[in-house]
Amino acid sequence: MGSTNSTLSKIPNVEELMQETGFTPAHIVRLYDRFEALDKEKTGHLRPQDFGAINRLAMNPIGDRIIGAFFSPGQETVDFHSFVRILAHFRPADKKHPKDPSMPEPVNSRTSKLKFAFQLYDQDKDGKISRAELLQVLRSMLEMQVTEEQLESIADRTIQEADLDKDDAISFEEFRKSLEKVNIDHKMSIRFLR
Amino acid sequence: MPALLRSTFVLVMVLLAISRPSLASEATGNGTENTITTLPIVIWKWEEIHFPYLVALWVLVSWLCKLVFQLNPCLTRVIPESGLLICIGWVLGGIIYGADKVQTFRLQPFTFFFYLLPQIVLDAGYSMPNKLFFGNLGAILVYAVIGTCWNAATLGLALWGCWLGGAMGNIDTGLLQLLLFGSLIAAVDPVAVIAVFEEVHVNEVLYILVFGESLLNDGVTVVLFNVFDAFVSLGGAQIDAVEIIKGIISFFVVAVGGSLVGVVFALLISLLTRCTKNIQIIEPGFIFVLGYLSYLTAEMLSLSAILSCTFCGVCCQKYINANMDERSVSTVRSTMKVFANGSETIIFVFLGISAIDPSIWVWNTAFILLTLLFIFVFRFIGVFLLTWILNQYRLVPLDFIDQLVMGYGGLRGAVAYGLVLLLDENKYKEKKLMISTTLIVVYFTVMLQGITMKPLVTWLKVKRAAVSERTLAEKIQNRTFDHMLVAIEDISGQIGDNYMRDKWNNFEEKWLYWLLMTPIARKSCDPIFNIFHKLNIKDATSYVKEGERRGSLAFVRNESKADVDFNKKFGADFSEMMPYIMTENMGPDHVPVSSILRDSVPSVCLDMHEQDLKMRESEDFDAHHLLQQHLYKGRKQHRHRYSRKHLEVNKDEHEVQEIFQRTMRSRLESFKSAKMGVAPPKKISKHLKKDQPQKMPNGKSADTSKSHAYGDEDLEFSEGDSASGCEAAGGSFPMRAYRGAGIVNPAFMAEMDTMDPMPPMQQIPSWLAEAEVDSSNMVPSQRAQLRLPWTPSNLRRLAPLCLSTHSNDSFLLADSPATQEGISELPPPPPPQDGQGQGTHK
Repeated sequence: MGSTNSTLSKIPNVEELMQETGFTPAHIVRLYDRFEALDKEKTGHLRPQDFGAINRLAMNPIGDRIIGAFFSPGQETVDFHSFVRILAHFRPADKKHPKDPSMPEPVNSRTSKLKFAFQLYDQDKDGKISRAELLQVLRSMLEMQVTEEQLESIADRTIQEADLDKDDAISFEEFRKSLEKVNIDHKMSIRFLR
Repeated sequence: MPALLRSTFVLVMVLLAISRPSLASEATGNGTENTITTLPIVIWKWEEIHFPYLVALWVLVSWLCKLVFQLNPCLTRVIPESGLLICIGWVLGGIIYGADKVQTFRLQPFTFFFYLLPQIVLDAGYSMPNKLFFGNLGAILVYAVIGTCWNAATLGLALWGCWLGGAMGNIDTGLLQLLLFGSLIAAVDPVAVIAVFEEVHVNEVLYILVFGESLLNDGVTVVLFNVFDAFVSLGGAQIDAVEIIKGIISFFVVAVGGSLVGVVFALLISLLTRCTKNIQIIEPGFIFVLGYLSYLTAEMLSLSAILSCTFCGVCCQKYINANMDERSVSTVRSTMKVFANGSETIIFVFLGISAIDPSIWVWNTAFILLTLLFIFVFRFIGVFLLTWILNQYRLVPLDFIDQLVMGYGGLRGAVAYGLVLLLDENKYKEKKLMISTTLIVVYFTVMLQGITMKPLVTWLKVKRAAVSERTLAEKIQNRTFDHMLVAIEDISGQIGDNYMRDKWNNFEEKWLYWLLMTPIARKSCDPIFNIFHKLNIKDATSYVKEGERRGSLAFVRNESKADVDFNKKFGADFSEMMPYIMTENMGPDHVPVSSILRDSVPSVCLDMHEQDLKMRESEDFDAHHLLQQHLYKGRKQHRHRYSRKHLEVNKDEHEVQEIFQRTMRSRLESFKSAKMGVAPPKKISKHLKKDQPQKMPNGKSADTSKSHAYGDEDLEFSEGDSASGCEAAGGSFPMRAYRGAGIVNPAFMAEMDTMDPMPPMQQIPSWLAEAEVDSSNMVPSQRAQLRLPWTPSNLRRLAPLCLSTHSNDSFLLADSPATQEGISELPPPPPPQDGQGQGTHK
């Protein structure tokens, strides 16, 4: 417990962070260790290169998009607080504490999880997944097995499925509707962050 | 219910009528054969066939029972089928006992374990939802192994305690025997559980937990049974710490070894199906034989046969489904179900029949009631305890209601009964009591808990299975989620489930796919692509069906881009949109579903087709008229060839080739003649001649084809006219207009039916010649001219199954008439082709 406390004391505003993300001190400590391990130059900030150093991430077809999601637009670095906030998207929703309507929506709610997933597609941040954007993701995920033509028709079809207002793009609302039946809390949660 | 009783009664009477003489004649013996005095015309050979005959009859009887149940849906809604089958068993057993005064039919352990159980287990494994199973494997194993041991131990110990306390009176038993009894009755039975849980659609996690547990704990219980049986044989005095440790080791060796045998067999099956492409007919057979062999092999090595068979099914399903032909896959699926369902039915019926036999019943109220109570109570305690531990680690904790249903779903079944029959009566003095207790437990759980399960699930508001329609968006998103979770685990530096799954997926893709899948299957095994393919097929099917329903496929061949366009338009809520568009938009409230023209290719909206549909209908009429006049009757509509090696008995490879040859040749010729401007008068006279027999049908052919006005024309041509060769040959497709190829062909038939293969250089454009003969033909043939020809790729899009791969070749052959003749002279010409050969040569 002593080491936990000493680590926690190093982090500024740790109470606030825990309140906001719902992480336990143990989680925070674990993530802080990881953060420091990634932060090779001990600047207190992570740069995209630091993420790039994770070997397995390089093999991930959407790895660069995930990395991109950690950096808010215009920013070159991410500090520990933002790092934890991003990871908090993947905390399972807690059933025991029913949602307090007065509180702002927690970061691990269904909507914010979906928003996170949505922005992975929506690279130009215009609030819509265009055909080209979808095609990019598909191409990276399906690579080699499928021809370009098939890829295009898959993209077309996917957009068709979700596209309700016929603008040839998927808005967030449409995105949410198309995944209505999917249990996002199961699909976008990681066990050890519980 | 009366109908049910009547029919079963009749059946049983038949059965008894047959089995009666068998008992009588068996006594008189075999001497009859030597002492014949005269040549018998027919002999009664019951003794020789009575065994297979009885087996077949029993199968028939049990299936008929099932059939009768399904006629009474109100009955099956209340009582689960398994319970009903047991009731039927009681009735049948009562009748048999009443007739024979002794129970002739009994479920033999050997029959049960070697002929009835394997297919159920294999089917359960084969149709197991893989991802769900492996995702919850940890929990399933905990329930199956620890839960079963807990059930066995607690029941044995509790009974022993009661026995020591003198609650059961004077019965000859002991701790080990009671532990053995506990172990054989500990396992939740997959047959009973599946039968009940299939009818109540609980959520998938709960389902897989109960299902997986019931499947695996059968293996565990058999192992436990064997260990305790050995202990009893050794006798209490011999058992020391070493023996106990040996027992524990043997437990794990048997269970793990059995599973490994299953995995090895799964690899074998997958490898085999890699190379069974040329023997598709027996492809499904391999699955069954090897699945059965995995069971037998494990049994031979005294490993857990049930686990072996389960894992064989679970592991091979993915690869064999990818490797095998689609038809083989559905064959395997349905055959597996037939077998499994059949033996399940028989098992339950026999469980009922076995009860009607006073010789097995020994009643000990305390023992039976205490067993029931302990089973019920300890099952719940075990489930709650284990779930509490598991919930500490699970991402999605099981809630209380799920646990209740799990506990309540602890149905015991035929495996327990089969095991208890295996007991040696010399060692186990209370075998009969154990049998009776087992039967009571089975009846109690299957009937009572089975009946109350459905109301309970409704009452507790257990989360039901969500009916999720598989959409591309969901599938793609699932894939993204997987990648996302792996990435996040990587970033946060944890080795979690997703990391392991990703590792496994990589391994599988890299090595297992390479090893176990055919190259073609490897390409199409991507789940996203798969679902895309399935959706497309579904679209195409309903598209054609819809067209058929409207009575015309004109819209299909309207434009060459129609199918592409179709996909775009109906991609979304296809099932809802389709009938709507097809039926409604003819009316005034037609809502145009705007097609999205994002490609540079000219695509035509389907609603445009709809708008000119009325005009088209009249054209269609013309077209029909024209086709009636000018198409030739098919050589034969179906060619029935019996083959044990191939399924496609009626597929004619040459037909497709001919179509393309003809098309290409006619185009070439009309092009040539248009260019040269030659219009020999010969052609016209030929057409006049052609029209003659059609207007006055001669008696010769009227009887062969009454319904087709041009049937005699066909005959005329194949006998006398030089033009008919290939035209007659391909004429069968108006009959198949609903097939893929047929959709297209009428479009150019109008044009080519006038073409003459013999003098290729001196031919007028076909439609010109046509115009001179009959002006009404003008319209469609012009339409045909304007339309782009269907390319083979277009064709295949719509009809992947009907067309042979030879179609490409016809392009090469088309421009040389010489090759065409060569083809018609192929060494063994199938009967219809004879007509072609004759026609060309005359």
